Amino acid sequence: MEKARDLPGGEPVLRARGIDKSFGAVRVLESVDFEVRPGEVVALIGDNGAGKSTLINVLTGVLRPDSGEIFFEEKRVRFATPHEARERGIETVYQDLAVAPQLDAVSNIFLGREHRRAGILGRLGFLDGGRMRRETEDQLTDLRVRLSSLEKPLSTLSGGQRQGVAVARAVMWASKVVIMDEPTAALGVAQVEMVLDLIRRVRDTGIPVVFISHNMPHVFEVADRISVLRLGEMVAELDPATATTDDAVAAMTGSASGNGEAA
Amino acid sequence: MSETPSQEGNGGGGIRGVLTGLGPALIFGILVGLVVVFTIINGTAFFNPENFVNITVDASVLLLLAVGMTFVIITAGIDLSVGAVLVLSSVVAAQVMVALSGTEQQVQNYQFPTQGIGIPAGIAAGLLAGLLCGLGNGFLITRLRMPPFIVTLGTLGIALGTAQILSGGTNVPYVPTAIQSQIGERDLFGFLPVPVLITLLVVIVAWLALHRTSFGRYTFAIGSNVDAARRAGINVDRHLLKVYALSGFLSGLAGIVDLARFNTASVSAHDADNLAAISAVVIGGTSLFGGIGTIVGSVVGTFIPAVLRNGFVIQGVQAFWQQVAIGAVLILAVFIDQRRRSAEERM
Repeated sequence: MEKARDLPGGEPVLRARGIDKSFGAVRVLESVDFEVRPGEVVALIGDNGAGKSTLINVLTGVLRPDSGEIFFEEKRVRFATPHEARERGIETVYQDLAVAPQLDAVSNIFLGREHRRAGILGRLGFLDGGRMRRETEDQLTDLRVRLSSLEKPLSTLSGGQRQGVAVARAVMWASKVVIMDEPTAALGVAQVEMVLDLIRRVRDTGIPVVFISHNMPHVFEVADRISVLRLGEMVAELDPATATTDDAVAAMTGSASGNGEAA
Repeated sequence: MSETPSQEGNGGGGIRGVLTGLGPALIFGILVGLVVVFTIINGTAFFNPENFVNITVDASVLLLLAVGMTFVIITAGIDLSVGAVLVLSSVVAAQVMVALSGTEQQVQNYQFPTQGIGIPAGIAAGLLAGLLCGLGNGFLITRLRMPPFIVTLGTLGIALGTAQILSGGTNVPYVPTAIQSQIGERDLFGFLPVPVLITLLVVIVAWLALHRTSFGRYTFAIGSNVDAARRAGINVDRHLLKVYALSGFLSGLAGIVDLARFNTASVSAHDADNLAAISAVVIGGTSLFGGIGTIVGSVVGTFIPAVLRNGFVIQGVQAFWQQVAIGAVLILAVFIDQRRRSAEERM
């Protein structure tokens, strides 16, 4: 359980300690510790209802923990809103993508952070479409995301391309951490490969990625470290180089033998 | 499906922000077709500059409502109150004008010694009334989380009822005639009626705002995916408040233009304006599901009924046929919109 400690170095960028969270009588998180270190892909896995999304929501300011502490770059923080977390450079790609399907890629990537024109026109809210388009092209090129069109609404693109836009947006604005909630859930085989590739490429730029999934093959393909949640508790930390899928499933389901009976 | 880099020159990329497709082109084709047909049937009685100006003047009030409605519907909302707010605004404007333009005795003799104060004050009061109604709609929708359909239906009743209480249920008489001679029926440079100029300016500003500014971008984003807009840090409530305020303000402006054209605030002539405006916007390709729409489309959608009515009148066909035709076009437009949506969802 302690063996992953000496993986990619440096102090944790984001660290949660002793997080408790209840919804009414339901204890969703129970003194959970979790950390994200520079340059790693850390997978957060767990069965449905294990508390993965709640933990992410606590880390990104969507929910406030009942108790526990969150440290960002070694300093204690309390994110009151998702906006505050984003301002510190923590971006989230949500499970449902949270893109505007009727808008094009450029509009989505810059949504809420549009470049405006210089001078009086900018003060009036006029957008600098050319600049946003150029920066979008650069970003997509860097991430090797290929779209059939920058001008067409995302609804006309494939699921993989849409995912590419959602990830590109997060990476564009994330200076510290990218969190991806089930980014491969609704994708076909080829598209999954693209997204997993994308995750590695983001990590290689030095930005750590939190990869939430319950698809073991995907997790073992990209993760440098695996944290396992079960019923609101952090029950294991695995090194994908030495652990097996059965170990992970056993930790997720709590079956000691790890014969994968619940998989 | 696959991630192939398709570089084929695609027609959709021409006008950025304007979502092209079969719908808008078809609707524009219908307008052009109507003009061609009426020209063939009626010749120069229909196809002459003067008649086109007439059509535009007739369409101007509805166009102002349709412009505001375009923003509202793109956010996936609806504003049923526009016609009633128009009436309330024009009644308020008319009564302020009458009250401030002279003594009761004087105005009844059509003398308006202080109309230099009365008319501007009336215009300001009318616009303010419209703006307040819009703000009220926006406030109820965003703060009390009530559906726009119900809120604006309620505002419809309140505004129309208030207008009738204020006016005693009849048209407001003794409005200074200068508003008609100086605004409603005035031609600038001998050819450009002031109502058309006002509407043209509003259309241009609205086009820029919708397709070139962050205001427009947020309008589309909220209608497309309100959660995405929120997560992107857009203040959705404040934006919706502005959009409904805009619709109210433009309804107020439409009320002023209507007052200027007819020199009276008419309380009963606008019962169907809300539905006419919604029809125009939807015919113009704006999606009732939100996230899609253009100002140009709404202009076209407003001109289709206007051209139909004008053509029928010239030809001596009962103008009621216009309503039948518009009903059919509206159903066609919504059908196209739905097919477009389900085609998208299959991708």
